Amino acid sequence: MSILVKEDTRILVQGITGDFGARHARLSLDYGSQVVAGVTPGKGGQVFEHAGKKVPIFNTVAEAARQTGATVSAIFVPPPFAADAILECFDADLDLAVAITEGIPVRDMVRAKRAMAGRRTRLIGPNCPGLVTPGRGEKSSGGCRIGIAPGYIHKRGNVGVVSRSGTLTYEAVWQLTCRGKGQSTCVGIGGDPVNGTSHLDVIKLFNDDPETEAIIMIGEIGGNAEVEAARWIKAHCKKPVAGFIAGATAPAGRRMGHAGAVIGGAEDTAAAKIKIFQECGISVAATPSDMADALLRIWKG
Amino acid sequence: MNIHEYQAKALFEKFGVAVPKGVAVQTAEEFAGALAQLDGAGGYMVKSQIHAGGRGKGTFTDGFKGGVKFSPTKEKAIDNAKAMLGNTLVTAQTGEAGRKVQTIYFTEAANLGKRPDGRDDEYYLAILLDRATSCPVIVASTEGGMEIEHVAHHTPEKIFKVQVDPAVGLQAFQARQIAFALGFSGELFKQCVTLVTKLYQFYWEKDCAMVEVNPLLVTKEGKLLALDAKVSFDDNALFRHPDVVALRDLNEEDAKEIEASKFGLSYIALDGNIACLVNGAGLAMSTMDIIQHFGGSPANFLDVGGGATKDQVTAAFKIILGDANVKGILVNIFGGIMDCNVIATGIIEAVKETGLKLPLVVRLEGNNVEAGKATLAASGLTIVSGDSMADAAQKIVKLVNAK
Repeated sequence: MSILVKEDTRILVQGITGDFGARHARLSLDYGSQVVAGVTPGKGGQVFEHAGKKVPIFNTVAEAARQTGATVSAIFVPPPFAADAILECFDADLDLAVAITEGIPVRDMVRAKRAMAGRRTRLIGPNCPGLVTPGRGEKSSGGCRIGIAPGYIHKRGNVGVVSRSGTLTYEAVWQLTCRGKGQSTCVGIGGDPVNGTSHLDVIKLFNDDPETEAIIMIGEIGGNAEVEAARWIKAHCKKPVAGFIAGATAPAGRRMGHAGAVIGGAEDTAAAKIKIFQECGISVAATPSDMADALLRIWKG
Repeated sequence: MNIHEYQAKALFEKFGVAVPKGVAVQTAEEFAGALAQLDGAGGYMVKSQIHAGGRGKGTFTDGFKGGVKFSPTKEKAIDNAKAMLGNTLVTAQTGEAGRKVQTIYFTEAANLGKRPDGRDDEYYLAILLDRATSCPVIVASTEGGMEIEHVAHHTPEKIFKVQVDPAVGLQAFQARQIAFALGFSGELFKQCVTLVTKLYQFYWEKDCAMVEVNPLLVTKEGKLLALDAKVSFDDNALFRHPDVVALRDLNEEDAKEIEASKFGLSYIALDGNIACLVNGAGLAMSTMDIIQHFGGSPANFLDVGGGATKDQVTAAFKIILGDANVKGILVNIFGGIMDCNVIATGIIEAVKETGLKLPLVVRLEGNNVEAGKATLAASGLTIVSGDSMADAAQKIVKLVNAK
């Protein structure tokens, strides 16, 4: 097993006709992922073609899901329209909406998150790299790649990875792969202050997933999501967890690239979070080069 | 994006939030005219306009004390304003360099009401996002006029919070809850309910990141007024508020950060001597961290985003080199999907174009990395290659410390 998505998960791409969406739809197809539909309002009936594969384009998410059996959406819609795209996934009762878009207004996300309550659809992101369940083919091909992560750095295995950041996730994944340790699923939850799925949500899924044997949790300054997850881990998690917190050198009150990465109070700092990680029995990586090794110090695989 | 107090109060007025009458001016010639528009019966307040708090307790670089001054007469107000305008104000929030005051805001001095214990009748009110619930939260306190962090630490029971359900917005009963919690009754109760309602409307409609009124004040005449106003906006929502964008004051922003934003770079200056150039915000933050971990001191945060094109790298180098403190550069790129060889070529061209003489360590990882490293090695330039983030950070720290 894996969490959230499997090799055969059927994916639709909202914004498949834009440059960004098209590029990553092609890369997902190359990886062997089941991209079965595109959605661009007004372009229904057209076809997205890549390497001999034909992906039909629909006007609405509901229609795309009904016609193709897609259960998950990758959202590459520009920021002013992205919250609307997310809400359309809720309306179509998809299993999962993965919002890659960076720069969505906070107010739009506050409303979208409120609209998610009571719905069956889970939202990952926004402003996230997406998620990957590695495949069993060469360079992990044949897996499910939703979003913008490089597929080939993965390897099928038993470590679950959860992080806000894209490149920092790739760093951790690559370290694992280079040490022969594969991943069950790697989830980027995004760098915005309002997101659909928290560190804790993903940790709980990993804890219940039989294939996941160990977990790497990567966090950063700002908010208390990492602390909430760490306390739950201490009380409930059955699996070894390694962690890293970025932003030890970040000045207070400045937005460090991610809209959510701002030190607001004493609990938001990297030092405070690292201390709580340690108290909760998480093996803390001293540097970002040490993430896989921090896990291997407490888990032999 | 931040705005000045006078701009925030103009927006407050537009939304029906009561503020003391005031006029903002940029030149000394306008002082007398501005003051003539105000009723000076109770005196005037002269307020330096900079994007930083702690103005009242700040000191100007020429020794003049106080960026906010009560002035009983027009003449005194003009004297104070002359001392402030063009002068550099250093406060607890500006750093040592301080900020040059380019606008003076004159207001009518409010006639402060007193509480039975003799203290000024001041309150605190703020609206911001509560990240734990993803809902707006209104924070109110009877302890106005001091830092809310101080109140939260010492007397947390004096802080009252109301969470707003974004599906239905602020409800009348919630505004009443706040007015009751602040101890108001009668006419002031009504004023408080109205003020909270209007302030929330402003926060929500204008996509504010934060609205803070400290102090909110009751005058001797029984009027509730926003005596100070601190407002910041969600950068992501500026596209739908051209009126807000028009309030941006570039004088208050770092010139290098403005230049960086033109190239899609996210740059923040720090006070160290090792510059870094990284793709991705999380990796950029942790690159700063690892420089410090190995004994160096990061000079900046710089995220080139997903691209890292030659133009971006060149622009980034120019911005980095504009900081005289920089003694070395660490480039850290995880080229997951980008071709590392393309990035390497971009780095070489950027080094040549900028005539870079400082030590440069490049750590490339990812797609086509071997070709990228070979390209760097064959360039004839003294570019040091790092194998991992740790290796690269140790190398640049050593090179900079050896100088």
